[in-house]
Amino acid sequence: MDFQLSDDQRALRAGVRELLAGRFGRDRMRVALDDGTGVDRALWRELGEAGFFALRLPEAEGGVGLGLPEAVLLFEEAGRSLLPGPLIATHLAAGPVKGAAQGETVVAVLDPGQPVAHLGEADALLVLGPGNGPRESGAAPADVTPVRDAATPVRSMDPFTPLWRVADPVEAGEPLPGGGRLRDEGALLAAAEQLGSAARTTEMAVQHAGEREQFGSPIGSFQAVKHLCAGMLVRAELARCAVYAAAVTADPVEIAGAKLLADDAAVRNARDCLQVHGGMGFTWEADVHLHLKRAWLRSGQWLTAAAAEEVLAGDLC
Amino acid sequence: MDLAYTQEEQEFRARLREWLAVVLPGLPPKPRPDDWPGRRAYDTAWQRMLYDAGYAGLHWPVDAGGRGATPTQHLIFLEETEKAGAPYVGANFVGLLHAGPTIAAEGTSEQRARWLPPVLSGDEIWCQGFSEPDAGSDLAALRTRAVRDGDHYVVSGSKIWTSHAEVADWCELLVRTDPAAPKHRGITWLAMEMDAPGVTVRPLRTLAGSTEFAEMFLDEVRVPVSHRVGAENDGWRVTMVTLSFERGTAFVGEVVACRRTLDALAAEARRGGRWDDPVLRRRLGRLNAEFRALWRLTQWNVSEAQRAGAGGVPGTGGSVFKLRYSHARQELYEAAAEVLGADSADLDREWVLDRLSSLSYTIAAGTSQIQRNIVAERILGLPKGR
Ligand SMILES: Cc1cc2nc3c(=O)[nH]c(=O)nc-3n(C[C@H](O)[C@H](O)[C@H](O)COP(=O)(O)OP(=O)(O)OC[C@H]3O[C@@H](n4cnc5c(N)ncnc54)[C@H](O)[C@@H]3O)c2cc1C
Repeated sequence: MDFQLSDDQRALRAGVRELLAGRFGRDRMRVALDDGTGVDRALWRELGEAGFFALRLPEAEGGVGLGLPEAVLLFEEAGRSLLPGPLIATHLAAGPVKGAAQGETVVAVLDPGQPVAHLGEADALLVLGPGNGPRESGAAPADVTPVRDAATPVRSMDPFTPLWRVADPVEAGEPLPGGGRLRDEGALLAAAEQLGSAARTTEMAVQHAGEREQFGSPIGSFQAVKHLCAGMLVRAELARCAVYAAAVTADPVEIAGAKLLADDAAVRNARDCLQVHGGMGFTWEADVHLHLKRAWLRSGQWLTAAAAEEVLAGDLC
Repeated sequence: MDLAYTQEEQEFRARLREWLAVVLPGLPPKPRPDDWPGRRAYDTAWQRMLYDAGYAGLHWPVDAGGRGATPTQHLIFLEETEKAGAPYVGANFVGLLHAGPTIAAEGTSEQRARWLPPVLSGDEIWCQGFSEPDAGSDLAALRTRAVRDGDHYVVSGSKIWTSHAEVADWCELLVRTDPAAPKHRGITWLAMEMDAPGVTVRPLRTLAGSTEFAEMFLDEVRVPVSHRVGAENDGWRVTMVTLSFERGTAFVGEVVACRRTLDALAAEARRGGRWDDPVLRRRLGRLNAEFRALWRLTQWNVSEAQRAGAGGVPGTGGSVFKLRYSHARQELYEAAAEVLGADSADLDREWVLDRLSSLSYTIAAGTSQIQRNIVAERILGLPKGR
């Protein structure tokens, strides 16, 4: 047993972090925030070229031929950097949906009853099947245009994630082969993004706590602040082990546990990070609200806490 | 990154399982939790069986009498023995999990030869005399004095919360040898015989009703200088080695036990009709996520130790684990009380006593507040406070 990143996996993670720092660093992220938040098609194609979407396609089909553990590392980095767009849906659609693998096509996902993210810019749509837990549901492609025409925009809490409300039932095509796994995989990749966010807000809090002085000392020397930060690290590290293990086993129960703990870590760490930043944390200027809003949104996507808990309860004898 | 066990590890597991299946049915019934002489006899007999079968000190270095097993093999050992319902280390806890490893790491060859074999064979058991009435979290504030008199130290003072002191043969004792030095610098680590003249043990009753720990009064107890581990006044460093062992692997088997308990709670809730309550059901589901993840965290830490190479002292990762585990364990028994409902006050129901015992987990071996300080200062690098 060697439950640690391999050298290749470390190199992959470092490479993606570097790519995202170069193409979607903090300055670029803030510009995107001010400019309106459409999917940046050039960046999307660049991600495609870097193999972000085709990562798990077999090499024979033009993919990179890697697995879920590697995908989880990519999405962790995406979560750290607040990279917007329907990344998970496009990644899952690579292969069955033309152009997704290359980043030419933007694919949104519709989970009945939930608002649809990035519907306005999507070129294609995946419809998730019903089912409380991840085991039962499949996924099928649908024509995006009629859905969009009938949808109404929602004023989204997350400025990077435009949302649409879809009222009518959507007609979907033939279920995709292997589509039963898509909700599982989507939940796992969303958990990976949550993990990246949770780790990032921990770093932000620690950095601020080491710099900001009050009463003549860095606030990080006060135990009340120190203990918030320690709690953040513990949540992030437990979520990390859960997410990585779920990526290795691909077991639906383990994925449910990973989503539950990663949602928790992302949301609660962002809240604690905000607290550590004091009044500054409540401003638009600090990035922490962006992490919190995205974390809240992701908690409701792919697998909710209640559904995850039911899956995990069902596993007990 | 994988979770697959190697061929060798699988064979190790299979042999261990076979052995457990043969020996466990022949064990006598467990003594009552408050019968310490009975527990000592029971726990040391089990240790003897492990010793005879070659499983004692599995992960200890070979030159300390151990088998030099890899951290993963040790993990498998803890997992399998717990799954099979084998006795817990119990009275052997201090000797096997921290005094022994500390002596192995810091002792002279004579000290290793004198103290380690009887720990492994279960012939001698140890207790831990660190805490004092005025030195708990602030361990370095300890005041028990040791004054040099020829080739002896003369020790006077008192210790408290000393687990199984009543039945121990030896005590890993922290004493102050230089009252003038800054408080971390004047401490020395000694091995003290519990039947030495001047040692008085007064059992303390825990809130669970048992006497698992005691107060210890030391009145001019003579301890040979040769029983000092590490240099005089260097005891704080030695202690840090001890504590990292204590937090490193001490709880591995317990995570497995908690997962078993969780399954049993679900089964009980189903029998009693409580399973239809979605709030309770989901609460158990969340605990399932919690204990599964704690197990994965254990595997992560073990793999990290394995990469770092044999003989390494466990890192601060133990604090991350202990923090979350101690709270999860308490939540588990809160859920148990809900499942038990009207029976949750009945001390004869097994989970009721466990619920009471679980309260010690956020205190013993360093409180949660102290663990958070460790995580914040040593892992996150935040500045030291007052
Ligand atoms: C079941 C059990 C078995 C034990 N076995 C042994 C044993 O075998 N040998 C042994 O030597 N000891 C043993 N102990 C003692 C144990 O290590 C101490 O109880 C523990 O370290 C806490 O010390 P204290 O009890 O003096 O509490 P205190 O240090 O007085 O703490 C009281 C409260 O104040 C908080 N506090 C203290 N300092 C700080 C700080 N700097 N920042 C924030 N909060 C703080 C604590 O977190 C706690 O909530 C045992 C304890 C228990 C409960």
